[in-house]
Amino acid sequence: MGKLLVKNKDLVVPGEVLVEGMDYVPSHGVFRDGEKIVANSVGLVSIDNRLIKLIPLTGFYAPKKNDTVIGKVANINFNGWMVDIGHSNLAMLSLKEATNEYIDKKADLSKYYDFGEIVAAKIISTTKDGTSDLTMKGPGLNKLINGRVIEVAPTKVPRIIGKQGSMINIIKTKTNCKVVVGQNGKVWIQNENPEEERKAIEIIRFIEKESVKEGLTEKVEKLLK
Amino acid sequence: MSYTKRNDGRKFDETREIKAEVGIIKNANGSAKFQIGKTIAVAAVYGPRNLYPKFLQNPEKGMLRCNYNMLSFSVDERIRPGPSRRSKEISLVTERALSPAVDLSTFTNAVVDVFVEIIQADAGTRCAGICAASMALADAGIPMKDLVAAVSVGKVGDKLVVDLNKFEEDYEDGATDVPVAYLPRNGEISLLQMDGEMDVKEIKEALEMGRKACEKIIEVQKKALKEKYKGD
Amino acid sequence: MELVSKNYLLSLLDKGTRLDGRKLDEYREVKVSHDVSENAEGAARVKIGDTEVIAGVKLETGEPYPDSPDEGNIIVSGEFLGLANEDFESGPPSAESIELSRVVDRGIRESKAIDLKKLCIKEGEKVWMILIDIYILNDSGNLQDASAMAALAALANTKIPAYDEETNKVDYKNRKEKLPLLKMPVECSLGKIGKHIIVDPLLEEERLLDARLTVASIGKTICALQKSGKGTLTIEEIEKMLKMGIDKNNENLKVVKK
Repeated sequence: MGKLLVKNKDLVVPGEVLVEGMDYVPSHGVFRDGEKIVANSVGLVSIDNRLIKLIPLTGFYAPKKNDTVIGKVANINFNGWMVDIGHSNLAMLSLKEATNEYIDKKADLSKYYDFGEIVAAKIISTTKDGTSDLTMKGPGLNKLINGRVIEVAPTKVPRIIGKQGSMINIIKTKTNCKVVVGQNGKVWIQNENPEEERKAIEIIRFIEKESVKEGLTEKVEKLLK
Repeated sequence: MSYTKRNDGRKFDETREIKAEVGIIKNANGSAKFQIGKTIAVAAVYGPRNLYPKFLQNPEKGMLRCNYNMLSFSVDERIRPGPSRRSKEISLVTERALSPAVDLSTFTNAVVDVFVEIIQADAGTRCAGICAASMALADAGIPMKDLVAAVSVGKVGDKLVVDLNKFEEDYEDGATDVPVAYLPRNGEISLLQMDGEMDVKEIKEALEMGRKACEKIIEVQKKALKEKYKGD
Repeated sequence: MELVSKNYLLSLLDKGTRLDGRKLDEYREVKVSHDVSENAEGAARVKIGDTEVIAGVKLETGEPYPDSPDEGNIIVSGEFLGLANEDFESGPPSAESIELSRVVDRGIRESKAIDLKKLCIKEGEKVWMILIDIYILNDSGNLQDASAMAALAALANTKIPAYDEETNKVDYKNRKEKLPLLKMPVECSLGKIGKHIIVDPLLEEERLLDARLTVASIGKTICALQKSGKGTLTIEEIEKMLKMGIDKNNENLKVVKK
């Protein structure tokens, strides 16, 4: 019993009924309403056996443990730094997690991270209301000096990174840019030559636009010749 | 005098021509334009974002805040810029029309701001605003249980009609205006206002006409959303 | 909006380029259209890059000011709609939005762009009031110039509605004569960052400017100036900005006039 009303990769919008009956299990992006499974956002249907979910095409960032994020220091108090990681998410960087050095309680904290400075940090825990705790201890976690941080749709981040970083590595090697991708939809790009920085941005915008199409890697490599 | 023919030649249950477009305000998290006849509404969504003052924050559900505004030159007689009692009321009913469709539990302690601007008015502005806002919310990726469509139904002279234009709203022999918003999947009504004289039977019939019209409007909204994202 | 530090922006400028690849003295593409609102006596939409502004002109009758009994009046207002930028809130106009509309007003008023005497209906009693309302739809920097251009383009396609002296009523459905617009004082905003002068600042650049100068001009004559920003300008810098401003205004006039 039960009727599947859509097929894999169908583009659906909120309110569209995808399944009638109890045969399928709803996952990300869909919900059960009585006998029906309904989409709750704009996305592409993805069916895996009896599991139905959406590959989201829209969506705001929800902080998750272990995510690398890029943010701006918004406030400093005696406990540490408040970092703005976007979309009403203020994250807390404590003295303990700021650096491997020992920080004295009387130290001038702005000497470590000052107002307006941009950092790449990692989320170590989140609370239900959306606040997160950050750490700067770890590889690749540091202040981002110079360069520019662009905004990308958080849903496109996996494509920009690629399988095990394959896509982002192509961009890094072909443009010689330093690139850090934040799961919160922020990407930092830096190169002495602004032309290369702009080229990297162009590629990222291309990936955003073409993200679900086939042959993306080949297209990107072609653009970067 | 019997209203035998609509001034623009439409059938009594026919809406004016509808055009919709998604993603028209670059800075916004989501945005859309909805035009019905000569009425043009633009909606933009920012959020979820920080909600101040802090005492308004709710750990169980987020807040949906709507702001409806008519541009000064959207009508013949200029409207002084700034909020009015009417725009404040419409902001509130807009929020009530959209809230049941939005999953507020996905952005606790935060606010989603919806701005509706009427660029050109020929009646039916609050409904056009709701239609635009619904698309803008979906465009912003706010989880929704359904899209929302809205249209005005009512009575012009002695006839029940759908989507009154300004001429009909101001009809000299009397008109009743009933703006209504639907969540089409389950046929639930989230906005209902009335301004005029009708009996129960007429209201029921008008609401049925409205529901059918909204089902058509939803198709336009769905198409506009898919149009923006199909290239992805 | 991108996150960039002032140092980074300065390093780009040192290399002769900006965030969007423009040269320091390069203006973004300007697009003007008139499809905004039929209910306005005149309206226009201006895009400078991604910045989008619409302006509408409405005419009402009213009493003239006592010191100009035979002249119409101009009132310019601007609103930074919550739509346009995450920082814009609904509420009473901010000082910046008031400044923006006043600077647009000054350009039009001081250049005598509108023949106000032709807007007199009955001397000492009734004149036309020109109400120009500017609305920001998307802020990507340089709202000032876009607003001035939108106001001018709207005025250029404004028609005066018929006025019935007997009934004292304005017939908005009957618009006949063109508004007597004699000149178009386009505005150009320039910024100073460090020792560099840039034209048509982006949103990210505006936040980091030391000083900004808006130049309203017609041909080679400057009719209004406004300096903003917490920093200072030298006479040499001002001279450079005035010359660039005049040049850019003459170029942009061609687009606004269409």
